[in-house]
Amino acid sequence: MTSTEKTPTLSPVADAPAAGASHEAEQAYFDALITEDSRVEPRDWMPEKYRKTLTRQVSQHAHSEIIGMQPEANWITRAPSLKRKAILMAKVQDEAGHGLYLYSAAETLGTPRHVLNEQLLEGRAKYSSIFNYPARTWADMGAIGWLVDGAAICNQVPLCRASYGPYGRAMVRICKEESFHQRQGWEILYELSHGTEAQKKMAQDAVNRFYGPALQMFGPPDADSPNSQQSMNWNIKRFSNDELRQRFVDMMVPQAEALGLTLPDPDIKWNEERGHYDYGPLDWDEFHSVIQGKGPCNVQRMQRRRAAHDEGAWVREAAAEYARKNAEQHAELMGA
Amino acid sequence: MSENITHLPESNEWPLWEVFVRSSRGLSHVHAGSLHAPDATMALRNARDLYTRRNEGTSVWVVPAEAILASDPDSKGGFFESAQGKSYRHATYYTKSEGVKHL
Amino acid sequence: MSYASFESATRHSEGESIIAEDIATSGVQASEAVARYALALGDDALMLGQRLAHWISRAPELEEDIALGNIALDLIGHARFFLTYAGTAWGKTEDDLAYFRDEEEFRSVRLAEQENGDFGQTIARQLIFSYYQYELYTELMKSEDPTLAAIAAKALKEVEYHQDHATAWALRLGIGTEEANRRLQEGLYYMWPYIDELFYDFEPVAELPGVAVVPSTLRARFEERLHATIAEAQLQVPDVPQARGGDRSGVMSEHRGHILTELQVLARAHPGATW
Repeated sequence: MTSTEKTPTLSPVADAPAAGASHEAEQAYFDALITEDSRVEPRDWMPEKYRKTLTRQVSQHAHSEIIGMQPEANWITRAPSLKRKAILMAKVQDEAGHGLYLYSAAETLGTPRHVLNEQLLEGRAKYSSIFNYPARTWADMGAIGWLVDGAAICNQVPLCRASYGPYGRAMVRICKEESFHQRQGWEILYELSHGTEAQKKMAQDAVNRFYGPALQMFGPPDADSPNSQQSMNWNIKRFSNDELRQRFVDMMVPQAEALGLTLPDPDIKWNEERGHYDYGPLDWDEFHSVIQGKGPCNVQRMQRRRAAHDEGAWVREAAAEYARKNAEQHAELMGA
Repeated sequence: MSENITHLPESNEWPLWEVFVRSSRGLSHVHAGSLHAPDATMALRNARDLYTRRNEGTSVWVVPAEAILASDPDSKGGFFESAQGKSYRHATYYTKSEGVKHL
Repeated sequence: MSYASFESATRHSEGESIIAEDIATSGVQASEAVARYALALGDDALMLGQRLAHWISRAPELEEDIALGNIALDLIGHARFFLTYAGTAWGKTEDDLAYFRDEEEFRSVRLAEQENGDFGQTIARQLIFSYYQYELYTELMKSEDPTLAAIAAKALKEVEYHQDHATAWALRLGIGTEEANRRLQEGLYYMWPYIDELFYDFEPVAELPGVAVVPSTLRARFEERLHATIAEAQLQVPDVPQARGGDRSGVMSEHRGHILTELQVLARAHPGATW
């Protein structure tokens, strides 16, 4: 702050409430940060509901990355070329990384990772429903990259400006890395749609299965999304579910054309007046039933996650024990 | 703040480490995020895998999260007050020399 | 070790770092003997990479998903180098060789093909294999064949990390708890019979003095270093006989066919397709 036009002493936001400040002063300080579109940082006072909402959102996002590794990991060992195998491995590995960036952000809100993990393993925390669908064919690797990661990126780009600093910073890193994910998916589909008849069919079939669920990744229609407004008021969310969904459809239509594939919605049509593509209704009954546990792979995904956790317990314990033994030995050597 | 910094795993949950990455020579290490590891050696290894997968780093630091002392946000006003109102610490405070070169 | 100088197969080629596509387009052509030698080294890396890849999404901790994934990715990278180079002798691509050879045409050692088992068994396999590869690539860097030397130089940097990873875990499991010590010890017992094969002087090696590394010459240093780590980790060198049939033919292996079934199933269902 070097300008004389706006000296720091005159900026109300820089004026943090003093120690022992009243609740009203704390709330006012927080509100001012939000109004100024500034960032809330971990050690700032924040309303309990803001903390809870964020913890839930960020950890669910992290869980989605981790569970989302499974459908793709399913194809690493069968990838049809060594180059594709390497790319897919790097991508799934990135997802583990993104999960960790997000857990790292969630932890700054005060809940340790192992507690967040327990919430997932005990079925108390949700993750994105899309990962409860099976990855049946190699073309699904393309559809997941193009449509699922595409939708995720559409959702995530505005989150880079989320009011909570650590979340926004994690999203910046994730968005940078994910741009390759969508492109590799598009490229898989491109190769298939320009390949043999069987490959083309495989590609179209994958797009048919993933298109609807990908559009549902933005959440229920605005009218049925009661918590969205609060998140928008807090500058966590910047655009409504339907706004983001529209933006996504507008991007996907020309990309599908470039692929030579058809989006499975006969109602897709350019609307000159709106300046957007119209699209048909989505099957929200299916969406809600998958959330309620009726998806084709809900049980399988959780079972794999629990198995990894349980079977790894002795390894984590041994490493922790080794660290303790080493520290004791070190203390003895130092004569402590 | 904890007086007694042990950063030892008290349970079998691995402790938290903060990661700082130097992106290229000549720059400072910058906070990149955190991770869990049983000890410093593994923390450094995990940091390399997690935060430098795309050549982002030429050097990595890991610090036990609980070893970091942070200023208290409740006393923020007081803590940083002294630096405020002293605009004469900044070059832009001095305006008489405008137009004079190399000053 | 210096983390700063580390290069990984996840990244784009930078500076001196070699990539498979460069070998394919460089116009170099391996001789028949060099190709057969490269094929064996490529097959080892391919089999182990394929095995390790299975850990991704199943590791004991998320950080370890990434670590094992990195190692698998490096190994698939090494396989691509060697198979691409071998293919130059026969006008074949890395994928022709990886996906369209039959079981008996592979030349991998059985150690690389062994099942993951639990984390202890995997670390036992990693420990033995990375110590072996460290010695191998240290020598292969000096090869008179510049392509083999360049591949080895790149691979060695990565294998140093694999070796560090395996050693770090051997110490933690060996010294950490009784259960972990027992599991790693069992893993070593299970992997040990396949060590002889690593040092078998297989068929084209004798034809390639100064070009190929003679495997049997690596054994003394390998054992010295591996045994020291085993002792430091409070483990025993297993007293178990070596398995017969250690000639890389795969004739005495049950695992190779299963690995290839999974690896090749999609590519073979669509012969001639590009991906």
